[in-house]
Amino acid sequence: MQQGPEENTVLMDVPWPDEPPVLGPGQTFGSMTDTIADAVLTRPIGLGWLVGLAIGMGLVAILMAAVTYLFLIGVGIWGINVPVGWGFAIINFVWWIGIGHAGTLISAILLLLKQSWRNSINRFAEAMTLFAVACAGMFPLLHMGRPWLAYWMFPYPSSMGVWPQFRSPLVWDVFAVSTYATISAVFWYVGLVPDFATMREKASHPLTKKVYGMLGLGWRGSARHWKRYEALYILLAGIATPLVLSVHTVVSFDFAISIVPGWHTTIFPPYFVAGAIYSGFAMVLVLAIPIRHFYHLESMITMRHLQNAAKIMLATGLIVAYGYFFEAFMAFYSGSTYERFMMQNRWFGPYAVFYWTLILFNLVIPQVLWVPKIRANTRWLFLISLVILVGMWLERFIIIVTSLSRDFLPSSWGHYVATRWDYAVFFGTIGFFTAAIFIFIRIMPAISIFEMRTLLPEAEVKAK
Amino acid sequence: MSHAPLSPAIYGILAEFDSSTDLVYAARAAYAAGYRKMDAYSPFPIEEASDAIGFHKSRVPLIVLLGGLLGGLSGYGLQYWINVISYPLNIGGKPYNSWPAFIVPTFEMTILFAGLAGVFGMFALNGLPMPYHPLFNVDRFSAVTRDKFFLCVEAADPKFDLVDTQRFMESLKPLSISEVPH
Repeated sequence: MQQGPEENTVLMDVPWPDEPPVLGPGQTFGSMTDTIADAVLTRPIGLGWLVGLAIGMGLVAILMAAVTYLFLIGVGIWGINVPVGWGFAIINFVWWIGIGHAGTLISAILLLLKQSWRNSINRFAEAMTLFAVACAGMFPLLHMGRPWLAYWMFPYPSSMGVWPQFRSPLVWDVFAVSTYATISAVFWYVGLVPDFATMREKASHPLTKKVYGMLGLGWRGSARHWKRYEALYILLAGIATPLVLSVHTVVSFDFAISIVPGWHTTIFPPYFVAGAIYSGFAMVLVLAIPIRHFYHLESMITMRHLQNAAKIMLATGLIVAYGYFFEAFMAFYSGSTYERFMMQNRWFGPYAVFYWTLILFNLVIPQVLWVPKIRANTRWLFLISLVILVGMWLERFIIIVTSLSRDFLPSSWGHYVATRWDYAVFFGTIGFFTAAIFIFIRIMPAISIFEMRTLLPEAEVKAK
Repeated sequence: MSHAPLSPAIYGILAEFDSSTDLVYAARAAYAAGYRKMDAYSPFPIEEASDAIGFHKSRVPLIVLLGGLLGGLSGYGLQYWINVISYPLNIGGKPYNSWPAFIVPTFEMTILFAGLAGVFGMFALNGLPMPYHPLFNVDRFSAVTRDKFFLCVEAADPKFDLVDTQRFMESLKPLSISEVPH
């Protein structure tokens, strides 16, 4: 079976002879449409799905309780205090927004690079981006103390006559994250419109038909429409690519623009972006492996996708390793006592156990991905992805907590311990993310149907 | 005074094909035969199809460019106006117009305006949302969102003639031919 385009360029995704294919054999336009759409339209609601949703919703209930208590009492219920004013809230913000980055990488950057294997994972990876950004966005708001005044962050002509301080990276963050959320949402919706039209025609219940019909905007597959659509899609990918790189760069500026030891370094932007993609691909695998198993999508999300994702994790993991190495190198090479102490404090200080766990989880364990047999084993991939997700969370913990708890003056040092409310909000957002993913796969096609059709050899116009 | 009975007005004639190749060849033949007001319909984008019906260039890239320029200029303009004119503040002795610090919001506004202009522009040019379209009157047309390909020559075309056009469409060997009522 022919795979992908024939042009023999470097960028094209041309598999080696023994590599698993992007698409299982025996698929037609109709069969792919049915497999993806029926998972939403005709598949009965299973016990496993209900249990998963219940766990997610249960954690959301804890989140609601924790946030209510937070609004009543204030951020004092968290472990934050001088000198560690940025605790779990900022750790979780950076962690979640990083996870979102893999979705944009898959949908935009791999589209520009003509990696057609992305077509079966881009839809839920984009959904993952949206939900992860939603989780991330909660934390700066909750951390504000007076979240009901969050609109003060935006430049609007207020009666107080004051404006945001545009020289601050925290204001840049507002622009970067809100633009990122908006562009990710419209990119996702634009990709869904032709599939909503498919769902409209396939749905049998009149109400379902109406809802999908409205969401599909009356899409009818006109060649003129497709032409404009494709032009827009590639342009959105083109602008989303620098956007996604800018977002984690700006997040890293929150640290790098300051003069706190361990933060004031030029390696931060590339190292944050690589770490974001690293954890994001881990989350893609954590979602893709169960989805393909329980929804029987093995012929569309093949081992090739999982192996490619594993290779990207390996590559970005090495960039992250480079970042860790240069953080340590520069701390000593800089000649600054404070930087050198920061590094020794990470290695041997009160949080050393977290530092060495992060090195084990992010650098050592993922190296087993070099072994092809492990890349071909879904259980191993799932476990390693979980390990990387924990490792990347610990990385943000180390960056934020070790630097803030012991900076320049020993008399102002402190120790940070998270409270149960910190954990409640953190696990609450994990529940929100889980519930959103569970609801998403039941009401929307989890794989892009129209892009899957273009993978079939019949899709190409041949000479007659 | 008496009127000749009006023939029921139709939107056009719709031919159904089984493959993208058949569709593109049929569209090329229709274009060569002089038809201009027509459209090809397919379940996925086919580059050759829009070329075959004579639609070569879309204005979406221009709209995205204009949106991006507008966003960038207004993003920088906003910061300049706030920091230099409306509310000048001395922050660490930096100049009021600290352009390096303004790059990030300017960049983000460029992306935001370019993306939104493109999305709304694309839908506007396509005339979407359009909940009703005459083609939806043809039952077989629902397969356009699944696995079938359609070519519709519209009655508004000057060369359109109910009998001749129907005969021409039959010569393209489609799976089926339907008249599209309004």
